[in-house]
Amino acid sequence: MRTIDVNMIADAIAEMCVQANLSLTPDMLAAIGGAAKSETSELGANIMGQLQENLKIAGEERIPICQDTGMAVVFVRVGQDVHFEGGSLKNAINRGVRRGYTDGYLRKSVVSDPLLRENTDDNTPAIIHYEITDGDKVELTVAPKGFGSENMSRVFMLKPAEGIDGVKNAVITAVKDAGANACPPMVVGVGIGGDFEKCALLAKKALTNGLNSVHSYYEDSDEFKDTTGAKAGRKQPDAGYLEELRKDLFSALNALGIGPGGMGGKNTVLGVNIETYPTHIAGLPVAINICCHVNRHVRRVL
Amino acid sequence: MIRHIRLPFTKETLAQIKCGDILYLTGTVYTARDAAHKRMYDAICEYRDSHKDDLFEETLTGKKLLEEGVLPIDIEGAVLYYLGPTPAAPGQVIGSAGPTTSGRMDKYTPTLLDLGLTGMIGKGRRTEEVRASIERDGAIYMGATGGAGALLSKCIKECETVAYEDLGTEAVRKLYVEDFPVTVLIDSEGKVYEYGKE
Ligand code: SF4
Repeated sequence: MRTIDVNMIADAIAEMCVQANLSLTPDMLAAIGGAAKSETSELGANIMGQLQENLKIAGEERIPICQDTGMAVVFVRVGQDVHFEGGSLKNAINRGVRRGYTDGYLRKSVVSDPLLRENTDDNTPAIIHYEITDGDKVELTVAPKGFGSENMSRVFMLKPAEGIDGVKNAVITAVKDAGANACPPMVVGVGIGGDFEKCALLAKKALTNGLNSVHSYYEDSDEFKDTTGAKAGRKQPDAGYLEELRKDLFSALNALGIGPGGMGGKNTVLGVNIETYPTHIAGLPVAINICCHVNRHVRRVL
Repeated sequence: MIRHIRLPFTKETLAQIKCGDILYLTGTVYTARDAAHKRMYDAICEYRDSHKDDLFEETLTGKKLLEEGVLPIDIEGAVLYYLGPTPAAPGQVIGSAGPTTSGRMDKYTPTLLDLGLTGMIGKGRRTEEVRASIERDGAIYMGATGGAGALLSKCIKECETVAYEDLGTEAVRKLYVEDFPVTVLIDSEGKVYEYGKE
């Protein structure tokens, strides 16, 4: 058993909120640099130049990359041997968000009630997703999410017969509809399988993975490893097709021609990240969580 | 075509500007996004309702609405920037200051255009109704680069909150901008910039 003071969590969250809004991960920076080089449309290239300059100013002068510093989405993976002390974990996370957004001069973009719409003035509450895992560590991921792109996200409950083409069409439809509203070049998180809410969560989680990555449920599961266990004699499903699907989507989406800022060009998406989960015999849920070029996430293990 | 523009827009300049042009704006723009739009729109509707017996539509001008305290700014000839900035850190004029999605303002925009609003800066598509109003009123819709808030903040030289302070980031601010970069997405003839058709 390991004991962790929740104040440590609050401190970490506060720092991570600020860090996420001032700098992107190296894979995002590389992709933006690459797109700036490869863009051939004149107006699109002009936008890519501005985006690079913007990142430079944000880092050097500590001005948030985007004024929509997002709603704070926090993924918490807690090892089952951890014991928290010092008060409620949820309150500590929100305390961290409040401090990060206030002391870090970030925008307060949260309203207290979806219809009454009064600003909470401290960007709380965060959206918190908890997961219990093995071990005695706590992994925190802070992913501030802007709503220009969030508003263009979709869930499709496909029929199994629609298969892989149905999945592709769903993703292409979502990105096409998103257009300039989602501040392209975008990053597209795709969740396939699970049920209605699970696929949406997978799509959000996919955005926090490495750029242009695929991840299937069985990668983290040891269900098939125990050869004498419940799955004895059965083979783990081969998710090798996912990488091909990702590549196909990447080229199909860039062929849309939306381009940087929607001004036309060959860089409509910087990446497609896919997460999958087993699903029901009657269903093929697909969620597309659209993110802009400001795909922010910071991860820390305590 | 690249043009350097001094605000306010004149009818002559507006007639020359075509969609796809890159403009560098210098002058005054006002910020307003969802909540400020709703407040201005509700105030106009309420004023119209309470004066419907003694007022002809034609006499309602931006100046009149300002004088009567209905609107906090003279909307006639004004340029609105759909922006909710991050707070300014010490020593800064304003925080990060890029555009928000324009489509959410579509419901309110034709009313403001008919009162003489000349320009709008945002990002993304507008409805056909807004496009038609832009054409009818000879206005202009411009796009700034979404997600370039740090860069765009450098073009903002003065910032003063002039109304709805209680709305926080959504308050109406008067900005003085210098060489603020935008692309024309709908010109005064109602033509829409479409990618692939430069
Ligand atoms: S979609 Fe992204 S880049 Fe665009 S305004 Fe929102 S957070 Fe900023």
